[in-house]
Amino acid sequence: MSPDRIPAAELRARAEAAAAALPPLVLARGPIAATVAPGGHGLRRPGHGEDFWQYRLAHEGDTASAIDWRRSARGDSRFVRDRERQTARTAAIWLGRGAGMNYAGQQGGETKLDRSRLIALSLSLSLIRAGERVALLGDNPGSGAAQAAKLSAGIAALTPLVQDADAPPAAAVRTGQVVLMIDDFLNDLSALEVFARRVAELGASGVLLQVLQPDEESFPFDGAIRFETAGGLHHDTRDAGGLRTAYLARLEERRMALGRMARQAGMVFGTHDLGRPVSEAMIWLHGVLAAR
Amino acid sequence: MMVLGPIGFGAPLMLLALAALPLLWWLLRALPPMPRRVRFPGTALLVGLQDPHPVARRTPWWLLLLRLLAVAAAILAFSAPIWRPAPPVIEDEALLIVMDAGATAAPNWRAAQTRALRAAEGAIGGGRPVAVLLADGRSDGALPFGADDGVAALLRAATPQAWPGAYPDAPDALLANAPAGGLRTLWLSDGLDHPRRSAWLSALSARGPVGVVAPRVAPQTLRMSRDGARPELQIQSTAADMGAVLALGPDPQGIPRELARLTPGAPTSREGITSRPVVVVDLPPELLGRVTRFQIEGVESAAAVVLGDDRLRRPVVALIGQAQARSEGQALLSPAHFLRSALQGSARVIEAGLDDALAAQPDVIVLMDQTRLQANGPLADWVAKGGLLIRFAGPRMAADPELANEPLLPVRLRPGGRDMGGALSWGAPRPIAPFAADGPFAGLAVPAEVTIRGQLMAEPAPDLASRSIAVLTDGTPLVTRAPLGEGRLVLFHSSANADWSSLPISGLFVQMLERLIAGAGRAPVTTRDLPQGGIWTATQVLDGQGRLSAAEAPVPVTTEVLARGAAPDLPAGIYASGERILALNAGVPMTVADWPGAVIESDTPSGIPLAGWLLLAAAAALLADLLGSLALRRGQLAAALIAGLLLTLPGTAPRAQDIDPELARAASEFAMGYVLTGDAELDEVSRAGLEGLSQTLIARTTVEPTPPVAIDLETADLTLMTFLYWPIGPDQPVPSAEAYLRLNRFLRGGGMILFDTRDADLAGSAADGADDLRRLAGPLEMPPLQLVPGDHVLTRSFYLLDDLPGRFSNGEVWVEATTAESGTVNDGVSPVVIGGNAWAEAWAVDERGLPLFAVGAGLDGERQREMAHRFGVNLIMYVLTGNYKSDQIHVPALLERLAAEGAQ
Repeated sequence: MSPDRIPAAELRARAEAAAAALPPLVLARGPIAATVAPGGHGLRRPGHGEDFWQYRLAHEGDTASAIDWRRSARGDSRFVRDRERQTARTAAIWLGRGAGMNYAGQQGGETKLDRSRLIALSLSLSLIRAGERVALLGDNPGSGAAQAAKLSAGIAALTPLVQDADAPPAAAVRTGQVVLMIDDFLNDLSALEVFARRVAELGASGVLLQVLQPDEESFPFDGAIRFETAGGLHHDTRDAGGLRTAYLARLEERRMALGRMARQAGMVFGTHDLGRPVSEAMIWLHGVLAAR
Repeated sequence: MMVLGPIGFGAPLMLLALAALPLLWWLLRALPPMPRRVRFPGTALLVGLQDPHPVARRTPWWLLLLRLLAVAAAILAFSAPIWRPAPPVIEDEALLIVMDAGATAAPNWRAAQTRALRAAEGAIGGGRPVAVLLADGRSDGALPFGADDGVAALLRAATPQAWPGAYPDAPDALLANAPAGGLRTLWLSDGLDHPRRSAWLSALSARGPVGVVAPRVAPQTLRMSRDGARPELQIQSTAADMGAVLALGPDPQGIPRELARLTPGAPTSREGITSRPVVVVDLPPELLGRVTRFQIEGVESAAAVVLGDDRLRRPVVALIGQAQARSEGQALLSPAHFLRSALQGSARVIEAGLDDALAAQPDVIVLMDQTRLQANGPLADWVAKGGLLIRFAGPRMAADPELANEPLLPVRLRPGGRDMGGALSWGAPRPIAPFAADGPFAGLAVPAEVTIRGQLMAEPAPDLASRSIAVLTDGTPLVTRAPLGEGRLVLFHSSANADWSSLPISGLFVQMLERLIAGAGRAPVTTRDLPQGGIWTATQVLDGQGRLSAAEAPVPVTTEVLARGAAPDLPAGIYASGERILALNAGVPMTVADWPGAVIESDTPSGIPLAGWLLLAAAAALLADLLGSLALRRGQLAAALIAGLLLTLPGTAPRAQDIDPELARAASEFAMGYVLTGDAELDEVSRAGLEGLSQTLIARTTVEPTPPVAIDLETADLTLMTFLYWPIGPDQPVPSAEAYLRLNRFLRGGGMILFDTRDADLAGSAADGADDLRRLAGPLEMPPLQLVPGDHVLTRSFYLLDDLPGRFSNGEVWVEATTAESGTVNDGVSPVVIGGNAWAEAWAVDERGLPLFAVGAGLDGERQREMAHRFGVNLIMYVLTGNYKSDQIHVPALLERLAAEGAQ
């Protein structure tokens, strides 16, 4: 039923294409962990960076080459030109791998996990182009082409689990991270709540993106149906058409709950329908991540 | 049995089950269909929801109808319905049982007897009188009607007779005792028409209902449709399928057994009778000579037996000469061919060795140009016991210095012979003098164009004139004859082919042989030309089942009666009159019986049982229900899939058997073949050797062979090959007889085999390849062999060679001997070349073109290898060009002569 997983090379190519349509994504300013990694975020103190920060008097330890002779020539003191210390922000990406993510709709087609992978990788590439540090949640962050390759391999290697439920591990979140979570968020939310609380405690931020099949959005079923999940959950009905309203109401309720949870944890919640193009999700993510 | 309109039900109580159908309807309606199973991650959101409007989805009406139909059809099927069942018999009349009792009734006799007994017992149990008419053509007064056990006893004792069935005449007289109240008739027919049947049918129909029981087994008859020189049998039946015909007779040990199985030819159908011819003369003649009877396999009936007599036995003539001719060309010039053609019409010809021929007990033995016979051997004994030995002169006889002492000749001959009208003789070819009026050839006209050019001369003797039965115009004998014991010796002083005379190509030759052979052995007897007034007595008679037994108290009959064939009280069998033997057979041409106005009853209950069709309908309805349910549940794709699985029968496309492409290449582009010996190493050497020779040929000549072809003797079609290399190895199993047949055909048709024992006879003892060569090549038709003479074409067809070395250089090489026979086979090319020089090893190259095996030592060795290659080139040239290269030798001389003539 599920199509073969997209090979890593094709996923990378499609992600590159999706990312090329948008400018490099520099993450919005926010709490930054003090790391030694150079990046685009100024720390308002001298250090390694590109932008001018201050002239200060040279002291004993400064080498002759460190002295800014042009400034020093205007006076008697010798000055050293300091640059603002710049560092990168870190984005952590988590993809839900519950069995439901392998759902490709009643007619078959792209699975939710496929779409999630594409979005995740495009975003990662976009971030890496901007010099940010990206990693899958729990991995060591990095930047540059090597990290891009590592990420595309890692994302392509993600396979769906056999059980329905999957939740981000709360222990993996770090201070100052921007956590991007892509899932259908259709299962139990308690683990997610723990994670959101942890994110809030550490002062990290993040985005929740709910990816759904059009089937799940519209519930186009009729007649006697036994609904099942891969994990063994099932529901029998004699008149599926009559359940549509109730289902849509529950879906709306679930989205409300997710939005509330996200707001409380300082995160943003959004949805993406597989019937819509990828670029829609990308543009939304750019907007959300860059604006803040 | 309950009858509703045209349908009867054997088990009507089953129909009560139909009452359960409405219940089934209700049950099926109430049961909901299975829900669809849908994989849906959103199920988590659905958990706990209640259906707002619970709707009981009902089975669609058409599915319901299908299921009900299936059940109804099954119920109807189990109630054993029958379309138009046989009407119940109302038995209140006297019963007449008519049984066909001719030979054709025998296969069905048991069944008919049982049926008749059943009917008789039923009638007797009902107190009704019963009479039995056995329709074997005999009658003794009015039929007695009785209701006692006598009828059953009569039926049990009745047997079919070994003559064609017939009904007695005067039906009314025979039915004089019939009770007045009407007469029911049970007619146990054998399915065939017999004399006076229609009269009986109308007489019986007038008295009451006539029930006819058709035979369960279709009757079959075998009869001789053509006798004389080319006997042919005909097998007839009312059914299309018929058994094979067995030829039975004693085997050489005298034990009776099946000698042959003849398959009938193409059927022809006319008026319900299928006839197939059975050609008898295709049997091997020595086998046909032993056949005593032909019988249809699996049919026990006197009508299915043809007893053999002199009509089957044409005089058997054994031709003994050289072994079979080795080529088509020679076959048409050999004496055997002329004799075979001349004897074909009048006799059966065996061609075998002398011992085999004697075992077949021929009437005549013809020896073609053979000498050095034993004066007291089995052949002399055979002649003394009454055989006719005809001998023909020929070059071999003429050349035999011991001819004067040759036994088994009617006259003593002078060695040498006489050549008339040749280039070096004075006289002209002699015509034949008119035959003596009292001799065996009396009355035959001598065509003027028949002349004799060569002749063996007889020593003058007092009885020479009396022994000469044909002479030339100068009085010298052409055919002489003398008695030996009870038999006779005949010598044609000329050859049996056209070399010495034009007699063999004239009609006179055929007539002379016919006259000679007619006097040999037993002359055929036919009823047509029986002498009038003869009295014949049965020695052995057939019973109705076709079993032969000694005749008890036979009544002599006259020829006229016998000529009319088997008849009542004249059973089929062997009849003898003096020395003559005649077989009387019971088979006569068939006519299908028709039964206007009678009820035909077969063994199967009449009426058409409908149970099978109803069950089929039920199964079809269930299948449709399955498809329908699937369509409802899984959508059309799955239904189409199941339907495809059910309806598609796995078919295997027939594949035409095609020729091995390797062999086809060998035929179209020329490739040399090597015989697979079963020893992989040896086969590889052969392949490499021929590969090396191919390269040499391509480099030096216009012969451009393609890579060599491996020949498996058991399967390969050798007709496509020209040249075979056969290395003799100890491991090769002896090929099958079919393989040898193919090989012999290959050799006769112009192929060549190079046998290589690969040991150059180094051991010089028997423990070398010669044993294996004998083992493997023994069954081949080898011509006489000789060592390759110095001037053989093989030594100069391309290169001039002194010896024919391979890896060894000292082995002898044998080819077909250049015999005195002109018109040699294969354009003078020897069909075999036999040697042991391991040529393939000398020729063998690896894939880089370098020699595989060392030959000799140093430069001498390379010289020898070169010579081996040259031998190979010569050999292939010899194979492909025949004696053309030999003629080429004379080209300078011819050109010289032409130049000389041009200068004149």
